Amino acid sequence: MTALLEINALRVQLRTDRQPIRAVDGLSLVIHPGETFALLGESGCGKSMTALSVMRLLPEAGEITHGSIRLNGDELLILPESTMRKVRGNRIGMIFQEPMLSLNPVMTTGAQIEEVLLQHFSLRGAAIQARILELMRQVGIPDPARRIKEYPFQFSGGMKQRVMIAMALASKPELLIADEPTTALDVTIQAQVLDLMRNLQQQENMAILLITHDLGVVAEMAQRIAVMYAGEIIETTDRERFFQSPAHPYAHKLFAALPTRRKRNQELVVIQGSVPALSHVFTGCRFADRCDYAWEKCHQIIPPWVEISPQHHVRCHLYPEHSIESLFSRTYVTADNLSVSAQIAERNTDTPLLQVKHLKIHFPVYKGVFKRIAGHVKAVDGISLQIGSGRTLALVGESGCGKTTAGKGIMQLIPVTSGSIRVRDEVLSKLNRKQLLKKRAEFQIIFQDPYSSLNPRMRIVDIIKEGMQALGRNPDKITTSENNQHDVDTLLRQVGLPTEAKWRYPHEFSGGQRQRIAIARALAVNPQLLICDEPTSALDVSVQAQILNLLKTLQQERKLAYLLITHNIAVVDYLADDVAIMYLGRIVENGRTEEVLDNPKHPYTQALLSAVPMYEPGTRREVIRLQGEPPSPANVPRGCYFHPRCPHVMPICREVYPPVSRFSATHTTHCHLYHPVSQEPQDLQ
Amino acid sequence: MSFYPVILWTDALIYLLVAAGIMLGMYARRHEHMLASWRKVVRSASGMSALTILLCFTLIGLLDTIHFRPVLEQSHTEKNIYSAEVLSLLDLLAAPLRSQVEKTYSAPLSAYLYAKQMVITAEGEQIWDFARLTFGGAHLNDPETELTSDVLWRSVSGAGAGLLIWVGLVFSLGRIQARHYHISFFRMQTAIWHATTEIPWRAILMTLAIILVIGGATVALTTHYHVLGTDKVGQDVLYLSLKSIRTGLVIGTLTTLIMLPFALLLGIAAGYFRGWIDDVIQYVYTTLSSIPSVLLIAAAVLMLQVYIETHADMLDTTAARADLRLLFLCIILGITSWTGLCRLLRGETLKLREMEYIQAAHAFGVSHWRIISRHILPNVIHIVLITTVMDFSSLVLAEAVLSYVGVGVDPSTISFGTMINASRLEMAREPMVWWILFAAFTFMLALVLSANLFSDAIQNAFNPHSQVFTGNSDRFLKNQNQTEEKTPSDRSASRT
Repeated sequence: MTALLEINALRVQLRTDRQPIRAVDGLSLVIHPGETFALLGESGCGKSMTALSVMRLLPEAGEITHGSIRLNGDELLILPESTMRKVRGNRIGMIFQEPMLSLNPVMTTGAQIEEVLLQHFSLRGAAIQARILELMRQVGIPDPARRIKEYPFQFSGGMKQRVMIAMALASKPELLIADEPTTALDVTIQAQVLDLMRNLQQQENMAILLITHDLGVVAEMAQRIAVMYAGEIIETTDRERFFQSPAHPYAHKLFAALPTRRKRNQELVVIQGSVPALSHVFTGCRFADRCDYAWEKCHQIIPPWVEISPQHHVRCHLYPEHSIESLFSRTYVTADNLSVSAQIAERNTDTPLLQVKHLKIHFPVYKGVFKRIAGHVKAVDGISLQIGSGRTLALVGESGCGKTTAGKGIMQLIPVTSGSIRVRDEVLSKLNRKQLLKKRAEFQIIFQDPYSSLNPRMRIVDIIKEGMQALGRNPDKITTSENNQHDVDTLLRQVGLPTEAKWRYPHEFSGGQRQRIAIARALAVNPQLLICDEPTSALDVSVQAQILNLLKTLQQERKLAYLLITHNIAVVDYLADDVAIMYLGRIVENGRTEEVLDNPKHPYTQALLSAVPMYEPGTRREVIRLQGEPPSPANVPRGCYFHPRCPHVMPICREVYPPVSRFSATHTTHCHLYHPVSQEPQDLQ
Repeated sequence: MSFYPVILWTDALIYLLVAAGIMLGMYARRHEHMLASWRKVVRSASGMSALTILLCFTLIGLLDTIHFRPVLEQSHTEKNIYSAEVLSLLDLLAAPLRSQVEKTYSAPLSAYLYAKQMVITAEGEQIWDFARLTFGGAHLNDPETELTSDVLWRSVSGAGAGLLIWVGLVFSLGRIQARHYHISFFRMQTAIWHATTEIPWRAILMTLAIILVIGGATVALTTHYHVLGTDKVGQDVLYLSLKSIRTGLVIGTLTTLIMLPFALLLGIAAGYFRGWIDDVIQYVYTTLSSIPSVLLIAAAVLMLQVYIETHADMLDTTAARADLRLLFLCIILGITSWTGLCRLLRGETLKLREMEYIQAAHAFGVSHWRIISRHILPNVIHIVLITTVMDFSSLVLAEAVLSYVGVGVDPSTISFGTMINASRLEMAREPMVWWILFAAFTFMLALVLSANLFSDAIQNAFNPHSQVFTGNSDRFLKNQNQTEEKTPSDRSASRT
């Protein structure tokens, strides 16, 4: 088979004011027509730089210093810019991560697709309109005749990504480069977009270069896989072999670091250290410093490109002398050693730590000159939940379902419309500012983005001390500064950071370290309950494992309770005791983790769980594809909120919001498919 | 005592400003993030050359700020009688410039007046001719033949002296730096001239060379010539220009000082509290910025004028009177010009208040005042810094425009505005009196251009977008340096 895209020994350098950074260092790969090739790697390993090199769209500081890129035998790197413009968007299409940022907000979507067509074809007038409509229909946008006259803000995220795909497909490219195409999208929307890409690929027989960090997406889409680490490819193989028997120790570790149910009672395997700086020249294996199997040779000699079986190459000194099986056994030995004591004993849940009842948070929508209240966005619309001390409740839902708002409402960061929040015995809404201040030490919050949650102008020690000072942890005696310093040191050690770190500023730390600092700040006031708002969604898999381990250890040491707000089912499976599934401001299903995840009752939960991409060898699993997008919380449907997208919709669903159905003492749902219980259960009142 | 110290209102405020500047410097020394940004300023070649020029201007301005009243006659009784005229240290240094007053206009470096008048010759004849100047070129017997060579000789020797001072400076700097880094003197010199030092010494020294050469030549000429000519009443234009510098600096800096509290307090309050507070503040600044500011300033200045007239006994000297008017001009300019910065700060605060670290502070129950002072203020300070430095140049220009219109400083205050105002009619005269305008233009250009270049350097250093880039590369280096210990010389190099 002749190769469609052939990259040979590509080197890309980024100029900085000091040493140049070798973003891509000797990368070679081959993509055949019609196949999906996944480039897998953590952030900063040079995936996107590779894609941009193929398009010859590197940032100004970047330059290709070596190598060749051939598309169907044509060398792209020697083409003049004018010819290259005909290649871009014509023979190679590209879609980006952020659909919100890749469309021009002041042009209609139709005009933006038209622009591509005008550039590459001699279509004019009615023909071009017909082609635009055809493309819109092809990517599954309903009512295209109306939608082409609309602006990007009138489209949802998933729809915008469809428009992007339509633009990329407009010229029937031979190669589609998809740079993290679904990272910014929700799971159910991600499933739709991946489905669409698969179908289009079959129709058009184009090749896809898929760039992602998500093993699940790779498992769903890719035929062949290349793992990238620190600017070079360390393993290429096909999908089956990669998921059954990955060869490189790094790939092994990536799988081991993924949180799953099976690993619940043990610590996740973490990869020590961090990705090496790409500014210096490597004399050995790039992974050697973090590798469990590294020996002298790894530090001294750059490992060669070894073929361990047909179509399976790896860059590691372990091969071909050592077999994969020996590696496997050794991995599991390490994992078992790390296993921690089993789940803490069942606690008496008679007096829950946090009890939320019928919490409603509505935001008024103003209209007109006089700011008349025209309606309400019902971000949180009557949720009830409770957490016992030392337990973890996961609040799961897609973006915009109100889970973060609920978290902030419980923290009393935004005004609550109605409902009660009870921490231990006190109802928060009845406290005045001063009483609330005292109470705040008992519950704290960790945010999603470690880059915006620390003040860049403050030293770590000041950041951590802020809470102590504001809440006056020891109000009776005046805390001496040495005492405080000692506390800060203890906290930093607890979250696994060196004590010297306290004199530094946040920008000197990586994302994972910043998240540790944020955790230390919250712990400084000795809370009983931590609200974790997507604590790991901005982090790479290996770093995520570190943070999850830390959360688990802290829970055991300090008997913390967590309210885990997340959309990541794997994290829920690993960490949570109970789960509440949220849809459009309401909890649709509630129960213990095993009950809900193994035996989901609500159609939404079923769809959500089935949409999570994961690899299961051999079988293609049944995926429930949800149609459409979640409606706006400003304008909720009548009856069951889920009925417009529900595959089991019945007439009654359109009229009445379903009452509680109960399957066990803990497992409840709101759905007309099941028999309702006559009254609210006792423990929810 | 042979003098009686006088502290005018603006003097006091300038001293306050200098003290505040020193305090800010000390604060920055203790805070890594401020220090890092200032290091970037220090590394910029254009910024440092601009700063060198600015420092020269500031030095002149400060010399002109130290005011006193000289004693008129040393009486034998207890009480000395002091002059009603308030002088500054600059007046003392430039005494020849101040005292050598001609009759009327004379061109730069000329030995004759610019206008013909009746002259009585040695023979006792009365002729209609250009008279000789009382001071300018008075030592020459025959200016027609001697003037050019004399001027050349004096300027060259002056420039030579300036160059000598410069060479001395280069040597002593080289010595100090070499000792600091523990390297040989010659290596230090090569480092300086190949521009490999962290501080762009080469650029600074080049700027200094230009300043010293021009300054040396000027000083050498001033004793016997009017380098920039004289104005209508025969005052030396160079002296006027030097005196104008202080006025320009006062307007540029004090106005900022007055405007800052308004802008900071109102801007941050509007962005942080939102709701009705935001509405009120927005309403105020929208209204204020839609009133023509010249109108406001004219009204305020005229009111002050009336006030001074009716309370003449309150102010003992004309200098004090002129100074009060200058101060008032600063205040009114400050009150009308805070809206721009206020709007910027409001927008930035609106963005910041949604940041998660502010939310985290709320979660700890940190008080509003503490959130504003610890979280918001340090994160908007780069905007304040950039805006104030940028505003400086526009305020100097605003003074010129206002004085031209006639609502600016007191007529007795020497400023670029009054200079331009005085010379505007003479532009139409034949032959043209161009040098007053030229002098004002050159000095203002140098001042405003260097202020702009310096603010550019500050903007680059404090701009958070450019910081992101270096922040990352810093982190890269950190990772890399973790293993290797920094050598002491490295550390001292990074400190300077």
